[in-house]
Amino acid sequence: MSAAAVAHAPRGDRATSLGLRALQAGPVLILAVLVVVMALLSPYFLTSRNVANVGFQASFVAVLALGQLLVIITRGIDLSVGSAVGLAGVVAAAWAGTSGAGSLALFLAAGLAVGTVNAVVLVYGRVPNPFIVTLGTLGIARGLALVLADGQTRTGLPPVVSTLGSGKVAGVPIPVLIVAALALTLGVLLGRTQWGRWIYAVGGHPEAARRAGIPANGVLVSVYVLCGLLAGVAAILVAGRTDSASPQAGQLLELDAITAVIIGGASFQGGRGRVVNVLAGALIIGVIRNGLDLLGVSPFWQLIAVGVLVIVSLELDVLRGHLEQRLRTRAASA
Amino acid sequence: MTPLLEVRGAVKSYGAVRALDGAELTVDAGEVVALLGDNGAGKSTLIKAIGGVHALDGGELRVDGQPVVFGSPRTAREAGIETLHQDLGLFDNLSAVANFRIGRELRHPRMLGRLGLLRERAMERDWIAQLERLAVDRVDPRQEVGVLSGGQRQAIAVLRTVAFAQRLVILDEPTAALGLRESAKVLDLVARLPEQGVAVILISHNLEHVAQVADRAVVLRQGRTVGTAAPTSENHEALVSMIVGAVPPPSTRRS
Repeated sequence: MSAAAVAHAPRGDRATSLGLRALQAGPVLILAVLVVVMALLSPYFLTSRNVANVGFQASFVAVLALGQLLVIITRGIDLSVGSAVGLAGVVAAAWAGTSGAGSLALFLAAGLAVGTVNAVVLVYGRVPNPFIVTLGTLGIARGLALVLADGQTRTGLPPVVSTLGSGKVAGVPIPVLIVAALALTLGVLLGRTQWGRWIYAVGGHPEAARRAGIPANGVLVSVYVLCGLLAGVAAILVAGRTDSASPQAGQLLELDAITAVIIGGASFQGGRGRVVNVLAGALIIGVIRNGLDLLGVSPFWQLIAVGVLVIVSLELDVLRGHLEQRLRTRAASA
Repeated sequence: MTPLLEVRGAVKSYGAVRALDGAELTVDAGEVVALLGDNGAGKSTLIKAIGGVHALDGGELRVDGQPVVFGSPRTAREAGIETLHQDLGLFDNLSAVANFRIGRELRHPRMLGRLGLLRERAMERDWIAQLERLAVDRVDPRQEVGVLSGGQRQAIAVLRTVAFAQRLVILDEPTAALGLRESAKVLDLVARLPEQGVAVILISHNLEHVAQVADRAVVLRQGRTVGTAAPTSENHEALVSMIVGAVPPPSTRRS
């Protein structure tokens, strides 16, 4: 279709294209509406202290969701990230006497290890189902954390951990800055590099990707390893927030991360998902929880609200498919 | 002259089904060979073996007279062989130019390897140049392929196969989704490949198309090569009876 043909496209076509573009911006729009509504309902919502609070809370989910996004684009899923958060904290706490840098390295190494196990079992162990593989490592990592910590919460982590997890720079929570840096990096990697292009290709049509000479196994390994590494980063933020490492830390965070990615418009069918929208997804969850807390709504209702949003997001994905089909039909008859 | 490609005694089974049972094929440099046969005759299996998608159970592939084993599509591509599969192998979630360049993206020449930034502008310019070179209607390089029509999608897939081939292009039903005008364009493209020294294996059910562009037609039936002929209109009937097997091969019965 040439530029001229686009300009002369029938009105319905343009409406459909516009609809598709609106859907792409959907998560950010939903977030904006939520913020406005919450601000109107609660005068406390937009105070700098509360905004910082939302930032702290959403940061764990956001970091995990960024890793989860990579995996979900390749048609995968990683259920083990919450457990990896717990394990990484415990591992770092077990050698709490080490230097600050050494401690951070331990967090990251533990996350990396879980991600590597996922990748190796999935790709080289030829278990074709990431749900099952990571369900296994979810149990293993959590169990290891409990065994290593003897079920106890440990303290005494180097001060750098709590600085990263609960410090502020010019009023901005450090975890928010970390999320911003990670998101920017990942956005460039996904959108502007060959590796990023191949991640979308492997998710869009794995068989065609192999036929096109793309090292699909290498791509898959890289996303699971990176997802694990990001779980290590999230573990630093979680441990730093409470200045302690609990073997229970991060429980159910994997579900929040997956929820954020889905609300962010990524498709479980693979090949779709954008960093900006995933951040919006993580913030939407944070704003709903925080806002309903402020309004004194029971946490039970928060579960329902987030659940409804997941379903709505999936329906929006269905609508996207429908609009694309319509454009295809039009293009064929043009 | 040594042929560009020789397939000797190709055997391939899927479980109990013997898809190839001693098929033979020879393609000379710059030659257009039509591969004909009924559904299930083994055409797609044969070209998948040549394209490196799967290995043969028995028999031999030779390129320039040298035995080769293509362990993957990548090794076949490195030998200058490009394949257009029947399912097109397009990425609906990627743009037209991303599909065109997949696996061959242009990167900024830094030391970052696959993490190097993509040269999107250069790739788009090249895409437009290729469209002109191959005399195909413009397709917006940034348009996501998933929203294009069947004909546009097929055009992109054909272009991708043809543009990068060095030695041999394999086209499995390249005109299947195309109208008359677009089919003519694709055939025109195919006919011009020998000028560039590129040979073609063309699979098509349309004997008229075959007659237009092919130098020679090879007929497969039940995994074996049963004949070869010039695809002229005089030979039309002979080819059809070879394809459908006017005389059933021994040891099998047709219902």
